[in-house]
Amino acid sequence: MQLARVLGSVVATEKVEGLEGVRFLVIQPLDKALEPSGESVVAADAVEMAGPGELVYFVSSREAAEALPERFVPVDHAIVGIVDDVHIGESS
Amino acid sequence: MKVGRVVGTVVSTVNIPVIDRHRLLICDILDVSGDASGYTIAIDVVDAGVGETVLILDEGTSARQILGLDWGAIRAVVVGVIDELIIDGELREAS
Repeated sequence: MQLARVLGSVVATEKVEGLEGVRFLVIQPLDKALEPSGESVVAADAVEMAGPGELVYFVSSREAAEALPERFVPVDHAIVGIVDDVHIGESS
Repeated sequence: MKVGRVVGTVVSTVNIPVIDRHRLLICDILDVSGDASGYTIAIDVVDAGVGETVLILDEGTSARQILGLDWGAIRAVVVGVIDELIIDGELREAS
């Protein structure tokens, strides 16, 4: 899983079967210092409450679809959590 | 599997249910020289701490097997704490 910042949302009425009702957000992957890293991607929002500006973490590849109610759908990135805090270099 | 080093933690209350009650560790992925070549957020099942060198599994089916799940968006799991790492006969890590 990687950290990302939500940049915006995607609206698509015509989609393949199984993706009805799935929210799609544009996210910018971040490095561990929360600096942008790589290209932005479109991710399904599996927590159904992420919004623009929020710090989230996401799963890539085939596992992304496993976060959704319909598991055999063409999704390669999914937001699986909203970040409250990132602690670097602290024991916990 | 990959060799990593735990560098921090992520706190999250809103997440998909399969992540509930699991610690999330930010781990540098290390190359053979011991340099960080990226990072991943991994689920901890061995009580690893910040600073420890760990073994990271990054494959979904095995990850679900460890967590006893039939399905779930899980990939990276910290599955071991490394005591010794020897490369080319040279001790790179020692606990």
